[in-house]
Amino acid sequence: MGTSRTVRTYSWLALFLALRGGGNLCLAWGTRRLPETLAANPLVYLRSLFDPFVATGVILLIVALLARLALLSVADLSFVLPMTAIGYLVAALLGRVILHEAVSPQRWLAVILIFAGAAVVSSTPHDTTGEPEKP
Amino acid sequence: MTWVLVSVMTVATALSDLLQSYEMKRAGAQSVGARGMGRLLRMIVERHYLLLSIACLAVSFFSFMALVQSAPLSFAVPASAASFILETVAAGILLKERIGPRRAGGALLVLCGIALLGK
Repeated sequence: MGTSRTVRTYSWLALFLALRGGGNLCLAWGTRRLPETLAANPLVYLRSLFDPFVATGVILLIVALLARLALLSVADLSFVLPMTAIGYLVAALLGRVILHEAVSPQRWLAVILIFAGAAVVSSTPHDTTGEPEKP
Repeated sequence: MTWVLVSVMTVATALSDLLQSYEMKRAGAQSVGARGMGRLLRMIVERHYLLLSIACLAVSFFSFMALVQSAPLSFAVPASAASFILETVAAGILLKERIGPRRAGGALLVLCGIALLGK
């Protein structure tokens, strides 16, 4: 497994986690500022897109989807699934630190389990299917 | 109806991820940066499996929305983690990924964490 490929894998992973964390934070922040409650009416959702925080959140999450696609080009799906679950840890930390949300001990335990699982998976080779064909 | 929605969501998520993984491995390693992002956007339009995966993602998203409307969130979140098992097994069988005991154990820990989150 080449070092540059490993660097690329972890670069895409870091980018994905940052984008998803930032996107979710913007969405949470933006939707809490909205004057109306999100309901079954699709027009309310459309109107919410005009809020700068909600719009930024949606854009960041779309770019996060692209980063995840790129990550799948260099790593196994069975590697990506648990590694991207680190996003739950990022969400809990951002919620606690920036949004001052209460995080229960049970939720911290869940976050620790996810982080431990991801750490175990990170010790396995990230690509076991061999060299991909060139574009 | 609840279990129908859970099944649709699980299968759609798994299908979307399997299609994305298959097609992206075929496309080869993508470079990090703005040019890489632009190339990825073009790829979604050009590669049919990626387009199909986005459609599956939409089905999964709307199933989840319908699910949380009728079922408690504490059920919906761990239920959505069911795709995690299906995808890991399918990645071994269909994508020929080597899932050793360490990777399976790590994935199981993550799954327990996700299930605990929803409680």
